[in-house]
Amino acid sequence: MLITCPYCGPRDLAEFTYQGDANRARPDPASTDQAAWNVYTYDRVNTLGDHAEYWQHSGGCRAHLKMVRSTLTHAISSVEFVRPHPGHKPSSRRKPGAAP
Amino acid sequence: MSPRRTNAPGRVDRARSIRFSFDGKIFAGHPGDTLASALMANGVTLFGRSFKYHRPRGVLTAGVDEPNALVTLIRGDVREPNLPATQVEIYEGLEAVSQNRFPSLSFDVGAVNQLGGKLLGAGFYYKTFMGPVIGPLKGTRFWMFCEHFIRRAAGLGRAGTAKDTARYERMNAFCDVLVVGSGPAGLKAAREAAGDGGRVILLEMDPLFGGSARWSGGRIEGTDAAHWVEETVSGLRELPNVRLLSRTAAWGYYDGNTIAATERVADHKREAAKGEPRQRHWVIRAKKVVLATGAFERPIVFAGNDRPGVMLASAAARYASDFSVLPGERIAVFANNDSAYANAALLREAGATIVAIVDMRAAISEDARRLASECGGELLTGHAVVATEGGKGLTGFKVQKFDAATGSLTGDPRVISADLLAVSGGWSPAIHLASQAGAGKAEWDATLQAFLPPKPAQDWTAVGTAAGDFSGGHGLDVAPAPVFEIRAGGKAFVDFQHDVTADDVRLAHREGFVSVEHLKRYTTLGMATDQGKTSNVPGLAIMAEALGKPIPEVGTTRFRAPFSPVSIGAIGAERIGDLRPDRLTPMHDWHVGQGAKMYPAGLWHRPAIYGAPGETVEQAYIRETKATRSAAGIVDVSTLGKIMVQGPDAAEFLDRVYTNLFSTLPINKARYGLMLREDGFAYDDGTTWRLAEHDFLMTTTTANAGKVMQNLEYFLDVYWPDMKVTLTSVTDEWAGASIAGPRARDILASVVAGTAVDNETLPFMGIVRGEVAGVPVMICRLSFSGELAYEVYSGAGHGQQVWDALIEAGQPFGLVPYGLEALGTMRIEKGHVTGAEIDGRTTARDLYLDWMLSKKKPFVGSAMMDREGLVDENRIRLVGLVSLDGRPLNGGAHLVEHNDPTALRDSIGHITAVCFSPSLGKYIGLALVKGGKKRHGTRAYVSDPLRGRFGPVEIVSHHMFDPEGKRMHG
Amino acid sequence: MAEYSVFSLLRNAFSAQPDWKPAWRKPDPKPEYDVVIVGGGGHGLSTAYYLAKEHGITNVAVVERGWLGQGNIGRNTTMIRSNYLLPQNQHFYEHSVKLWENLSHDLNYNVMFSQRGCLNLANSPSQLDDFARRGNAMRHVGIDAELMSVEQIKAFLPALDINFGGRFPVYGGLMQRRAGTARHDAVAWGYARGADRRGVDMLENCEVTGFLRDGDRIVGVRTTRGEIRAKKVAVAVAGHTGQLMKMAGINRLPIESHVLQAFVSEGLKPFMDTVVTFGAGHLYVTQSDKGGMVFGGDIDGYNTYAQRGNLPIVEDVMSELAAMFPGLARVRLLRSWGGIMDMSMDGSPIITTGPLPGMYLNTGWCYGGFKATPASGWCFAWTIARDEPHPYNAAFTLDRFHRGLVIDEKGQGSTPRLH
Repeated sequence: MLITCPYCGPRDLAEFTYQGDANRARPDPASTDQAAWNVYTYDRVNTLGDHAEYWQHSGGCRAHLKMVRSTLTHAISSVEFVRPHPGHKPSSRRKPGAAP
Repeated sequence: MSPRRTNAPGRVDRARSIRFSFDGKIFAGHPGDTLASALMANGVTLFGRSFKYHRPRGVLTAGVDEPNALVTLIRGDVREPNLPATQVEIYEGLEAVSQNRFPSLSFDVGAVNQLGGKLLGAGFYYKTFMGPVIGPLKGTRFWMFCEHFIRRAAGLGRAGTAKDTARYERMNAFCDVLVVGSGPAGLKAAREAAGDGGRVILLEMDPLFGGSARWSGGRIEGTDAAHWVEETVSGLRELPNVRLLSRTAAWGYYDGNTIAATERVADHKREAAKGEPRQRHWVIRAKKVVLATGAFERPIVFAGNDRPGVMLASAAARYASDFSVLPGERIAVFANNDSAYANAALLREAGATIVAIVDMRAAISEDARRLASECGGELLTGHAVVATEGGKGLTGFKVQKFDAATGSLTGDPRVISADLLAVSGGWSPAIHLASQAGAGKAEWDATLQAFLPPKPAQDWTAVGTAAGDFSGGHGLDVAPAPVFEIRAGGKAFVDFQHDVTADDVRLAHREGFVSVEHLKRYTTLGMATDQGKTSNVPGLAIMAEALGKPIPEVGTTRFRAPFSPVSIGAIGAERIGDLRPDRLTPMHDWHVGQGAKMYPAGLWHRPAIYGAPGETVEQAYIRETKATRSAAGIVDVSTLGKIMVQGPDAAEFLDRVYTNLFSTLPINKARYGLMLREDGFAYDDGTTWRLAEHDFLMTTTTANAGKVMQNLEYFLDVYWPDMKVTLTSVTDEWAGASIAGPRARDILASVVAGTAVDNETLPFMGIVRGEVAGVPVMICRLSFSGELAYEVYSGAGHGQQVWDALIEAGQPFGLVPYGLEALGTMRIEKGHVTGAEIDGRTTARDLYLDWMLSKKKPFVGSAMMDREGLVDENRIRLVGLVSLDGRPLNGGAHLVEHNDPTALRDSIGHITAVCFSPSLGKYIGLALVKGGKKRHGTRAYVSDPLRGRFGPVEIVSHHMFDPEGKRMHG
Repeated sequence: MAEYSVFSLLRNAFSAQPDWKPAWRKPDPKPEYDVVIVGGGGHGLSTAYYLAKEHGITNVAVVERGWLGQGNIGRNTTMIRSNYLLPQNQHFYEHSVKLWENLSHDLNYNVMFSQRGCLNLANSPSQLDDFARRGNAMRHVGIDAELMSVEQIKAFLPALDINFGGRFPVYGGLMQRRAGTARHDAVAWGYARGADRRGVDMLENCEVTGFLRDGDRIVGVRTTRGEIRAKKVAVAVAGHTGQLMKMAGINRLPIESHVLQAFVSEGLKPFMDTVVTFGAGHLYVTQSDKGGMVFGGDIDGYNTYAQRGNLPIVEDVMSELAAMFPGLARVRLLRSWGGIMDMSMDGSPIITTGPLPGMYLNTGWCYGGFKATPASGWCFAWTIARDEPHPYNAAFTLDRFHRGLVIDEKGQGSTPRLH
């Protein structure tokens, strides 16, 4: 699997750490809604098909990425920074398949 | 069968000779020979024994699809089993032995299994060996008794236990177009892609490029095919954007158009050249992949079709035309399609007599008829081979009239004498990589009677015969009569290596194992080292016939990596001798030089003890502990995780991730902090130092450093993106030395410049900056040992210099270095927790750290830590233990209430850490027991059946030494 | 149907095998059953068998989308053990091992359970303490366990590099002698045949497309072979639980689907006769009766329903295997495959009534489902028959996560890829 990191370009799966389901809503830190915390912590939609999820480029720039990836074909349809990086433009020099 | 070398041109260089051995006998061959061709050139026809019945087997194919001729190569102590002789290139001194035979290949006592042939049919094991229901052999014992012998009979070659001395290498490559296979279709695709200017990689399994076009005659683009290949390959070689890799088999098609391939760099050499690996593991990311993987010829299933001397027609022709080995003198052909006629012609051209061509079709094409008459010999259309004759080699075969439409045989069988029977049962495109690439199912082509590649799920195209296009080459129609089996009684093999017969397939049908996966699993069809390259389609066809369904309705199996077997060493490559990185502190060499015994701690190596000669581990840590508690000790703490938390929101960030408050921490002070997981369980602990208003240095446990960093980054990126905080791992930037003991302050005072270290300047949890040996240092007064203690941090590059200075300064005060054992002893005495107690299942309350759970703010885990399972009365909680029988305790021992060593029941908890406490003069420990504090002052028994230890202990507070902390505050 | 024995084999061998009939019938669906089990994998089949055998409930159908045993029962590394730390798991898995020990006789089908032992290598002193804790925990509930010294391990496994190339020396090991391996497919076929002989219908090529409801209550399934009503509907569809439960309106579960790859080498003459695991990485390996080294490592670590893994794990596993047994570097990998695991949030399974009336759920096996096959079916059958769990599976509830009653063998919290 190749993941195209907005900073680093297409990189191998081995450089990334899966950080899980992005369909979860973390309650407000002060929330005392136990049920909401329980659902956030334990319950998953486990999508068949396009799945929103987090990955960290842990062997690279360490940014967290939000991706949509098919759980049937592993095809990745979108990758973006989770934390906005104002002013960052995706590098045009690195094309998929280009040498690093 | 009497194969012999000819003078035909080909790949073999007869000018040079190579000596090699097979089963101890010395033979000669030539460069260009495979072990199969070289042995055949020497008249060898018997190559191996089959898996189950130990039947004698010869060579069926000339390539990767070989099921029969498996050998073990031996290089010194190193053994490489199960190699097809058709793929082994010979080199001077090559040593090969045959497999699965005893005592010898020509006389194998295992062949007695043939007598039990019907008994040993598919599913045989499932129906027997269950043994008696009662008595000494009940349960699994009888089966295990039988299994012992079955295991010895099974298996193929023998693996060595000696370390493989070869080197393996991993290589990443990137290209615009990857072409797999260098037959005409592959070469054309490579040429075209190269012309477009993109980067092209061309892979070829064989040592030579060109595939069968090199030897099978015919014309391409108006020129002689072999010549065309030569021209095209040399043209490609000259292009800077093309990389040609021969001896390289693509075996895995992974996501992202990632292809795994193995290059056999030095397997064909006596010795690898200097710096050269044996094999190279290629990981190729291609924008587009062109699969020009060719097709495999299929055998025909008929009685005695496994006898040495029965060979695929294309393989026989290739031996004759490419390897200059005539596999027989009097050759017959048995076919259901036209391609065999071209191969017959090649065999005749190489000097063989074609005695007969048996074609199961009543009518054949004009082209075929013309080729047959050129070949001479009898043409028997509408006939089929029904049996073969001979011992360990073919002497002849029987034919009968055959109706391809009904499968019926008529007339009297006739014997035809021949020493080779060249068989062609049609062609199967090599769709393996296409199938691996993704979701789609292979598509059945009724004309070709074969599966074509599925619809692409990744960016690939198939070309040439791999795509079912057989229009190139000899230009004959390869569409076969839809007949896969001649039913005439006798053992007719579908899967040669695993001895799966047509009757086995029908037995599976009768027992209901009719889906293709059930068929495979029940009969082991296609599960052998050749992975069913010759047997899958015939097996399916026989099942389809039994079911009365068309073949595609029976299904096809999805192909999985690898396409053909790959050395485990090659895939592991450089990591085999270097499984994980070694993390070494700046003072590592010093520790080793001082005779420290090193323990692995995650990826780190840490001193356990600095043993004096003759000292036991226990004596050493007791000495180190005593010296520290009475004078001073120094320990390397560089391995602690260190994370810089910086920015205007750093304090707020720490308040969120720690259970306690950090925003109230003054500058130049440190505080002990505890983190929980989201689910409310304890996660990690450590001290965090406030270096400036917006600068914090967080320390984590050695084991969790990486995980904590990743977790903090996750929270910052995903949940709190607005916080102005940056996180930087600085674990490797700082060297840390902790000096502890009553003389610690005196030592520091004598060596630190630029700051005082008295109680006022450097109070408990205070931080100062100064210099040691001219090196800037940061000193924090904090204590894990319970002593007056200081952590001295310097830049990692100066760690040894600072360490040396501290050691030297400590000399007059009796400073000793101490290791993990003494560190553990002192923390156990103090009741401090580490990973043995924060084991991912304990809560802050279990560890009596609830005083750290701030009620003033929410923090990670705060919402989840009060759920019923986490506050249960019966949870195991932290206590101290004192051995009452004066004997040592063991980590991992359990505790019980009853004083009965034989009653293994009712554990109330377990011991997490143990030591001899020099301060208390007793063996002590920490434990997690049900009820925790409530048991203080009570007696329990340590129960450790694994190590035969049982004895009384007293449960006490985990604060066993200096509970008021006078020493560290002093 | 012929009883399988050496006598029936002989008789058939000399008379063209006339007695061998289909191992199970291929009936058409009846309009209604007492119990419909969704999922013809190991757990579904063993559930059907024990419903019939232990509870006399034989009006049962097993509904399978494809062919029986097409899921993880035929895609695992065949290892069986009960060397667990936590009591909830210990009792359950030990019950399973005991069922395994008599399973071939019980089913009149040789599942080839070979108690060749399972050895966990400790590659650090602290890991050896952890193993001692686990081994002692086992001994205190009556499960066999022993610690092996480095010297004993060397003698037991001569081909092992006791130092892993010098990087991860072995400090000792935890051995469970009664652990071992079995022939995975035979387990599915044996249970199917056993259940069939007691009257259970095996409905293959019968995909569930929805549930029949009566208000909240589940009263049957809609399938590609028609509607089938049932008093009770039991779900045992490892890998696809989430998808099936969505048809019942349950959109979130404490489950993620991940792929686990498994590997087999070419056949070898006997090389080792046990199951062995590596402590500093993640590798488990055994040798099958056919001679192939059968092994696996970590899950790939991301959500997927594709039965195909990726290269990084393949490389990890091969490097660890060659470090463990250096002689195997020259042996060749023959096949790899992938299975979809229901990874639960604490690494332990769920066998429970509900979550809807008329429904029963069996899921969350992570990669430990094969060894659980007998006990899972046995407990699930009990739960279905009596509408309450047996003490062995009483802790395997669906609500334990929210309540904090997690059964976390590895201590990794709610991160499935780490279990």
